[in-house]
Amino acid sequence: MKKKLFSETTYRILIIVTAIFFALLVGAILLLIAKTNPLKAYVVMFTEPLGGKFGLTEILVRAAPLMLVGLGIAIAFRSGIINIGGEGQILIGAILGTFIALSFPDLPTYILLPLIFIASFIGGAIWGGIAGWMKAYLSVNEILSTIMLNYIALQIYMFLIRGPMIDPKEVSYGTGVPQTAPLSRNAWLAKIIPASRLHAGIIVAVILAIMVYLFLWKTTIGYKLRAAGAEAKAAKYIGVNVKNYLVLAMLLSGGFAGMAGAIEVCGVHHRALESISAGYGFSGIVVALFGGLHPLGIIPASAVFGLLIVGADMMQRSGDVPASIILAIQGLIILAIVSIQIFFSNDALKEKIMTKLNLMKSGDKDDN
Amino acid sequence: MIIDFIIGIISAGIPLAAPLLLAGLGEMFNQRAGVFNLGVEGIMLMGAFVGFLTVLTVGSAVLGLLAAIIVGAIMGLLMAIVTVKFKAKQGISGIGLFMLGWGLSGTLFRVYVGGITSIKGIKTFSFPFLGKIPIIGEIFFQNNILVYFTFLLVPISWYILNKTAWGLKVKAVGTNPQAADTLGIKVERIRFQCIILGSIMAGLAGAYLTIAQTHIFADKITAGRGFIAVALVYFGRWKPVGIMWGTLLFSLAHALQRSIQVYGINFPYEIAVIIPYLLVIVVLALSYKSQFLGPTSLGKPFIRGSRE
Repeated sequence: MKKKLFSETTYRILIIVTAIFFALLVGAILLLIAKTNPLKAYVVMFTEPLGGKFGLTEILVRAAPLMLVGLGIAIAFRSGIINIGGEGQILIGAILGTFIALSFPDLPTYILLPLIFIASFIGGAIWGGIAGWMKAYLSVNEILSTIMLNYIALQIYMFLIRGPMIDPKEVSYGTGVPQTAPLSRNAWLAKIIPASRLHAGIIVAVILAIMVYLFLWKTTIGYKLRAAGAEAKAAKYIGVNVKNYLVLAMLLSGGFAGMAGAIEVCGVHHRALESISAGYGFSGIVVALFGGLHPLGIIPASAVFGLLIVGADMMQRSGDVPASIILAIQGLIILAIVSIQIFFSNDALKEKIMTKLNLMKSGDKDDN
Repeated sequence: MIIDFIIGIISAGIPLAAPLLLAGLGEMFNQRAGVFNLGVEGIMLMGAFVGFLTVLTVGSAVLGLLAAIIVGAIMGLLMAIVTVKFKAKQGISGIGLFMLGWGLSGTLFRVYVGGITSIKGIKTFSFPFLGKIPIIGEIFFQNNILVYFTFLLVPISWYILNKTAWGLKVKAVGTNPQAADTLGIKVERIRFQCIILGSIMAGLAGAYLTIAQTHIFADKITAGRGFIAVALVYFGRWKPVGIMWGTLLFSLAHALQRSIQVYGINFPYEIAVIIPYLLVIVVLALSYKSQFLGPTSLGKPFIRGSRE
């Protein structure tokens, strides 16, 4: 028999590219329905942000929270639990971090910033942990509970920034914009490129991604977490308390989303305001899936979706199509990615396609 | 005074239950066939938008509902291809569908409508004589026609599920697809049918919100009702009547929350809005034992020849 011309990797890449192509094709139809030239829209979306300092720095500004949420979601997925609650966990993290920042404005940065991040982590962790605990001990479907917790978190967050935590200036001027007072300079993440919004949050995110990798693949706890997710029964057999690991996974998952809240507060807005999350809780899911649920895949994946989000904003600003279309395209990408898993797991199907591809390839060779 | 308050809540609560019930019964068919469709929220959003747009441009509520049916069917088809043909994980697929419906409805609203506009909705239909009975008439016989239709679907769904050959096939497919397959039931076809049926009902539920209830469209107008409907299927233990009680419990809580605001009872608005969502979590936690009553193959893709 002839040696296979197509390796496993080429096969995988081919399948993924085909899936993304289909997602973008359906997206093109949607863009047409939205009275937009799809080709032009895609060109703007994928290339315009790359053309200058503004676009490039903005991509990284977006990538930082996406990466953190994506890491959290990957930890949960790897442990066999689906965390759709990123949105709520970001908000609770953001508001707790803001509370610390506003309470201790004069602490030096090197103490204050870690404190804020810890507070945000705890806030998100509690919010995720509730769902994890209910999943483990009451068998409450975690998708439904995390979604409900999103709505609850949003209302609590809005209540706080409209009421008890509103900027006193908003009250005295009578403008009433729902946002907290600005944070003291000590609570700001440092700018890493002047005259842009790019802040040190991206560095924090990358370091955390590497730490998550080491944690999941190089520690016993990480190994057990993944075991609980991959094969709960087997994990039980080797002495893993699957229930406790579910809760732990959701604590960590929520905590990472919570830190994404801190990054937005300390790095971008320097206060807690209404639209702080901008859908990162959901986009993080796409990032995690696109990154193969692997921390080192999530780093580039968050840049890709940072690019798409910035591109969509640019499209909206040029008056082409509302940026919300990017949510629909992300939805399509999720559908595409989950649909192709069968091409990797079903060996018979894989064999069939590989044989066909090999025939095609060898056919090409004969022509030459 | 207190009686007026209670009557007010009940008569406001019943029409609020209709969209939840429509979507919930649809999801029941989905889950009975073994498919967990979390995309209901996204389908509802699209149904709400196309229903609204059709009424706005053409002026016909019937066409609006028809448009919602078509959009629901298309999205259901997409969900069915992904989860049945490609055997993708159902939970996460539903989230993809939700994001698709959320993003697309918001985008198209901005492109085709732009700002807040209201449409003429469906008039209430008061039953002759019955509608004039004090209290009872006010509560039960002065609603719009869709409310009656929706509640009529409860016995109809029960009948279809338990007394027709198709209903029995649906249950077989959701309980033991391998056995159903051996008996010659086309598992994938039944699942396709159920997902599309459920999605059509979700589309209608969305259109109900804009055409019969709010008369406007706004981004994320469904406010989680699609997800709540899915949760209520658990609460109702996959039975039409149970789901109906669940939706009524819910809509009454919703009406109560609104009354609290209307009567100016001093209570932070945001905390009142939390009540229904909190109730879902409580309901899910309390009905955890009912998972053993659910379709045994719920959430598992059917792979011919596999033993699971």
